[in-house]
Amino acid sequence: MADVKARVKVPATATKGEIIEIKTAIAHAMESGQRKDKEGKAIPRKIINKFVCTLNGKELFRSDWYTAVSANPYLSFFVRATESGTYDFAWYDDDGSVYHASASIAVS
Amino acid sequence: MKYVIAGAMVAAGLLAHGAVRAADAQTGGDGLGKYIVGDKRSGYVFAEPDTRAMQDDDFQNPGMVWVEAGKQLWSTPDGAAGKSCQTCHGDAATSMKGVATHYPKFNPRVGKVIDLEQRIDMCRAKALQAKPYPWESHELLAMTTFIKNQSRGMPMNVAVDGPAAPFFEKGKESFYRRRGQLDLSCASCHETLEGRHLRADVLSQGQTNGFPTYRLGWQTLGSLQKRIKGCDKQMRADPHAFGSDEYVNLELYLAWRGNGLPVETPAVRK
Amino acid sequence: MSETEFRQPTLSRRHILLGTAAVGLMALPRWAAATPAEAEAVVAKLAGSAKPAASRIALQLPQIAENGNSVQFSVSVDSPMTETDYVKSIHIIADQNPYPEVATFYLSPANGKAEVTMRMRLAKTQNVRAIALMSDGSVHQAQQEVKVTIGGCGG
Repeated sequence: MADVKARVKVPATATKGEIIEIKTAIAHAMESGQRKDKEGKAIPRKIINKFVCTLNGKELFRSDWYTAVSANPYLSFFVRATESGTYDFAWYDDDGSVYHASASIAVS
Repeated sequence: MKYVIAGAMVAAGLLAHGAVRAADAQTGGDGLGKYIVGDKRSGYVFAEPDTRAMQDDDFQNPGMVWVEAGKQLWSTPDGAAGKSCQTCHGDAATSMKGVATHYPKFNPRVGKVIDLEQRIDMCRAKALQAKPYPWESHELLAMTTFIKNQSRGMPMNVAVDGPAAPFFEKGKESFYRRRGQLDLSCASCHETLEGRHLRADVLSQGQTNGFPTYRLGWQTLGSLQKRIKGCDKQMRADPHAFGSDEYVNLELYLAWRGNGLPVETPAVRK
Repeated sequence: MSETEFRQPTLSRRHILLGTAAVGLMALPRWAAATPAEAEAVVAKLAGSAKPAASRIALQLPQIAENGNSVQFSVSVDSPMTETDYVKSIHIIADQNPYPEVATFYLSPANGKAEVTMRMRLAKTQNVRAIALMSDGSVHQAQQEVKVTIGGCGG
């Protein structure tokens, strides 16, 4: 999908050890495979099935998604701020595509 | 058979719950004051608190994705003239502020009322020498949502006098005209029975100040004309084409009904 | 994105009234709702020999969902999230969706706090549960029923 677009919200700064909230959203139809088109044929499943958050290459959080996740998925979770660097967010599509977004943080 | 039953269910729903009204829709409680102007009530007032919360938070509002996409398109050159919207109009936060509150609007070049979508495509054809964005395309929705979002919070203020008057009259006629196999007009649900229950729904006034709107039922953002087409189908009437004079004139009438309500684009509704 | 609306993969009242429900539905890969027994099987597989305790986990859901396409949930687990005591995973199960699994969240002490918020589809009024698997092998479960309303115009 050409118009896939991810948004992330991460505090720009944090103190070491602080627990921060990360919010993410991505534009995706999350086609469940359970709908029919106008001709009555089943529309094939095409969802994001996995989400992974890393900081400087180290995995912090991972989630498996099924067909019941709403279209244009929103997800928020927490991490402990340990070091400055760049968070990478990756959404894995059924079709093999991987969509990325990133955000940097300065930890003092 | 199906239509008879559907019709009977509509009628039964209206009769059984006709006396029940949504408390919030009447009182303007829960900080809903700015969404109620005189006897005009935005669809926001009829929405569940969870849905309102989704609209209110710019990160949680899924419609903001289209605003951001429109912002990108605004400054991206397109077409044979090598221009972008920004080339002529500069910063949209300034140049587009308040613009959408006046649409649909009479356009002397074509001698009729046009809506914001048509105005965008007119600019693309004339200034950018670019192909029009197709109706309901991601690009047209993004640009329309982005431009209308620049007026968020400002009162709707369409003109229905002067050259717009005959188009307004046509739109009004359309609003009150019964159509389809259920023999309903827009007014049947959104004026006469506004605030009453239709099964689990409370009928809203059908205000348009939040369009383009992210509808949970659609699982995406859509234009007002897409919503009107949906209404026509539910009334078992043949929908008109996107961009038809019938729909644009109706859009003008609907906008006038909501003059004074704040622009909410992108609203979130069920 | 598709214009086709999400159809609730269960028998609606209209279908039952018409008595023609089965005809159009047979061709779909998975139309019927899961049963609570299927959901129990998913939970049993997760829990293994542990018995889920109704403590330390809170599931926040609306009582009534305005639209089953988007029901927001928050789940939080009371855990210090230290190397010796943390939540390993949280599983969301919707008992009567076409597939009961909604999402799984894998956590570690790096999260500091075991809390997530997301939005899910619910095909109909049903029980939703959150299961937390802890680092000490214990299992905790919270559940709540969510009523999914059917719109006046069938939406």
